Amino acid sequence: MKLHEFQAKQLLARAGIPIPDGRIATTADEAEAAARAIDAPVAVKAQVHVGGRGKAGGIKVAKSPAEARDAAKAILGMEIKGLRVEKVYVERAAQVDRELYLGVTPDRDRRRPVVMLSTVGGMDIEEVAATNPEKIARGWPSPLLGLLPFEARSLVFAAGVSEKQRDPVADIARRLYSVYVETDASLAEINPLFVQKDGSVLAGDAKLDVDDNALFRQPELAKLKEVSKDDETEEKARALGFSYVQLDGDVGIIGNGAGLVMATLDAVRDAGGKAANFLDVGGGAKEEVVRSALEIVLANPRVRSVLINIFGGITRGDEVARGVLDVIRTHPPRVPLVIRLSGTEAEAGRRLLAGAPLGSRETMDDAAAEAVRLATQPVRA
Amino acid sequence: MSVLLDRDTRVLVQGLGREGSFHAARMKDYGTKVVGATKPGKGGTTQDGIPLFDTVAEAVDSTDANTSIVFVPAPDAMDAMLEAIDAGIDLVIAITEGVPVADMLKVTAVLETATTILVGPNGPGAITPGQAKVGIMPAENFSPGGVGFVSRSGTLTYEIADLLTRAGLGQSTCIGVGGDPIIGLPTPDAVRLLNEDPATEAIVIVGEIGGSAEERAAEYMRAEGKKPAVAFIAGRSAPPGKRMGHAGAIVSGNQGTAESKVRAFEEAGIPVANAPSEIPGLVKRALRR
Repeated sequence: MKLHEFQAKQLLARAGIPIPDGRIATTADEAEAAARAIDAPVAVKAQVHVGGRGKAGGIKVAKSPAEARDAAKAILGMEIKGLRVEKVYVERAAQVDRELYLGVTPDRDRRRPVVMLSTVGGMDIEEVAATNPEKIARGWPSPLLGLLPFEARSLVFAAGVSEKQRDPVADIARRLYSVYVETDASLAEINPLFVQKDGSVLAGDAKLDVDDNALFRQPELAKLKEVSKDDETEEKARALGFSYVQLDGDVGIIGNGAGLVMATLDAVRDAGGKAANFLDVGGGAKEEVVRSALEIVLANPRVRSVLINIFGGITRGDEVARGVLDVIRTHPPRVPLVIRLSGTEAEAGRRLLAGAPLGSRETMDDAAAEAVRLATQPVRA
Repeated sequence: MSVLLDRDTRVLVQGLGREGSFHAARMKDYGTKVVGATKPGKGGTTQDGIPLFDTVAEAVDSTDANTSIVFVPAPDAMDAMLEAIDAGIDLVIAITEGVPVADMLKVTAVLETATTILVGPNGPGAITPGQAKVGIMPAENFSPGGVGFVSRSGTLTYEIADLLTRAGLGQSTCIGVGGDPIIGLPTPDAVRLLNEDPATEAIVIVGEIGGSAEERAAEYMRAEGKKPAVAFIAGRSAPPGKRMGHAGAIVSGNQGTAESKVRAFEEAGIPVANAPSEIPGLVKRALRR
């Protein structure tokens, strides 16, 4: 789950990290009032859950409240990578001398958090990592001890931070690490971390992604969750206990188990088709779950055929068959269905489905080929 | 011989709820020695014929359990894993889905100074066909033999085990390492166990997009491989930035792409199947060489 910059900055400020004076605004009037209260040149920044908002015109500098009003008018309502801007953050413009990068995220290979610090800030850190890996200093603190003072010091020395900023940057690194821990973040990042002309250090931007698996113990953060239009179906699916990812093809996919569903998507591509979605009904799906999964997939207007691929372990083939039959009986689907049942109670499931208007195949490869073939046929009236 | 578990494995169940008791019964049916379960406050009683204990340490004292299987729900899964590690259990298999990453970082930090091997979380467990099953896999798809099998996925493991079994290729030990980004026994470590196992003649490595475990496994096999291996990567058609069900299955930036994994295996001389159905044929060909 992603937080907005202004929400992340509030958490940083609470942890004692210096941030510029700023206010949130949802209208041009509010933005003007915010700029007046700040009483200095401001940056007006779109608050959307995507990167690259600066390049898309989502950040404008305003020298007066009137300019802030115009900037907010231009930014509010604009679409950045398909997301509508509903809020802007009006923030005192920093007197930037240099930009650093500071971030904390889990390192999968080392199985430790990694703290990264670089004097090449403001840029995409993956780009820096690819082109100038030596420009990023890294430290791997023990998750049992946290980022120790000596580790933070080693980082600022290794990154080549100027003498005057060493102590404040090391201090901010330790504070950011504690925010990372306290919020169960999967990413806590300050990029850029400004060094101002007077030598002070200030968080220019802030990114905080929270581990969805930890939201059960982060009730305050869980309240900040925003569901965009694109994600509505994914959220609905999650509430029903399965995971759904919208894709851009026309073969609807339902399967059990993430790996098997991924392999099914690949089989569809290898058969020359494109999957419309990823849908994992999870383990032990009952009739009702299969029914709602099928309804969600069929609700996508792009879908021209549906492939159901079940390898029964805890999931039973007869339960799956009953769910599918129920949909066929109550709302005959507008597109053809192909099913492949294997594993637990698959035989019983196939018996139930005998005579039903759908294609049944023995293997995943055959079922994928059939679903792709059907997706290219004209839609039934 | 086999790795991780055999007919002498003595299993303790942590989390004897609905799922735990269902699978405990199926493990017993398979012949696995399920010697006890923990249920704080119910020590001294039994459930479904399984003796209950208040703590893991007590259960280990009374039953000589050397393996535990964790079904405890995500909020308390870290505690359950740490309790088993603290009691000196040799092998902990965690089935639980949805454990926070921060908790797994703590657990793996403790593992660094322990002798316990942790498999999972968020996996189907492990099975040495014909000897012991400590997991949730449908046993009928597996058969004893010489193919060692490591997988990040659950149902895909059943699918591939079924394909191997139908092709007459039995398995030495199948290890479902789990679909989370931080796990106890990452793919390269599981591959190392099978590479060192005399009963394993060939290794099947089933990976997914995300992370670099497959690249590291390929690198290890290139340097130390003693037997043929075959690989499969799920998620070749997945777009970047979309998490494919498993928390660990995501391509971010240029990290974790299927292309990079396929290339790593090919550079190590390990053939990569385009579909699960190609795996048995590739294994047979690799064994003939």
